[in-house]
Amino acid sequence: MTVQESSSRRRIEDLMRENEDRLVDRWVEISNAPLRGRVVDSDVRRELRDLLRALLRSSESPDGGADLRGLLADLSRTRARQGFTPGETALAVFTLKEAVYELVEADGGEEVLHGYISLSRTIDELGLYTFEAYTAAREKIIADQTEQLLELSTPVVKLWDGIVAVPLVGTLDSARTQVVMEKLLQTLVDTGSEYAVIDITGVPAVDTQVAQHLLKTVMAARLMGAHCIISGIRPQIAHTIVTLGIEFGDIVTKATLADALAFALRQSGVEVVNRRRTRVSVRAEEA
Amino acid sequence: MEQLSITSNDDVVIVRQKVRAHAIDLGLSLVDQTKVVTAASELARNTLVHAGGGQACIEVVQNGMRRGLRLVFSDNGPGISDLDLALTDGWSSGGGLGLGLSGSRRLVDEFTLDSDPGRGTVVTVTKWTR
Repeated sequence: MTVQESSSRRRIEDLMRENEDRLVDRWVEISNAPLRGRVVDSDVRRELRDLLRALLRSSESPDGGADLRGLLADLSRTRARQGFTPGETALAVFTLKEAVYELVEADGGEEVLHGYISLSRTIDELGLYTFEAYTAAREKIIADQTEQLLELSTPVVKLWDGIVAVPLVGTLDSARTQVVMEKLLQTLVDTGSEYAVIDITGVPAVDTQVAQHLLKTVMAARLMGAHCIISGIRPQIAHTIVTLGIEFGDIVTKATLADALAFALRQSGVEVVNRRRTRVSVRAEEA
Repeated sequence: MEQLSITSNDDVVIVRQKVRAHAIDLGLSLVDQTKVVTAASELARNTLVHAGGGQACIEVVQNGMRRGLRLVFSDNGPGISDLDLALTDGWSSGGGLGLGLSGSRRLVDEFTLDSDPGRGTVVTVTKWTR
């Protein structure tokens, strides 16, 4: 920055300081206009006032910029979480130009105009910075969600005393298999279950890799003394498995989870009887 | 025609989803959809595991009244020195079940395997509507 530039920059910053309230009012007004009531005015006011003060402070001290960047990163993070687009987030910063320009116009001085150009460059940099911070925040959210999904998508549920089930949904890759296997084996130990049902209704395609992962999981459960049943084999999956030439050997497979449960119950000696057989005849009469 | 690059496991999933979408558009039966998607999954993973990545090309082709889905998987990997052995059920160089390549051949209607050691591999498969 040349001497002349920094003096005109100081001039415009003084002007902004003098008119702080008016400037913040106008800034909030302009930046909130495209958001149409998705934000609370008083919150935005506080945010923008802090930003403005940090911006004015940043040129006074050498490390003032860190403070400002911190505030901007916070703003980007909260906006990313609230579902704003990166454009809307950056706009909150860029609209400061418009608000300041009104002050410049009212002042009319040439030096202030020079200062405005310098300030405008700084605002551009800050706007781009919010963009970067926004992207980083989004990526963090996505990474967190992926991890959560991995945890959420592999529940081991107890169907009956001694029977647990793992409903698999989505793609079964090595990472998922690892999680499923660990959880299943641990649940088998914790509940002392003898039967484990692996339901693949939610797995869109069973290729050799998925089959291999399934076989490994079944083998591991067997080593722990549990009986494994694979259920949810739909017609198209059965076709594909046969054509591929995958052999499930002596592993019990069933079309539906209900069949698998019935099988496991029968094997463990539980008998399910219909208490109200009359219901069937009532229906027949109505028909 | 759609060109996709395969460089990670996520790309294999994307290839699978695109192939499924095209198969549905084409009106393949549910069984045929699943078969061609599974074949695509096997072949895409092969380029990843054996060649460290490659390209997938999805294309709708026409033969008289019949329409079909043609998939081309190409890579610049080490290639296959013994094609007969590679197409033998149960033989695997990558620690798998050894059914990927041979099984894919059975899952589709047309299958061509073009490979020279050191030059890479191109697998072309086609599934026709019935």
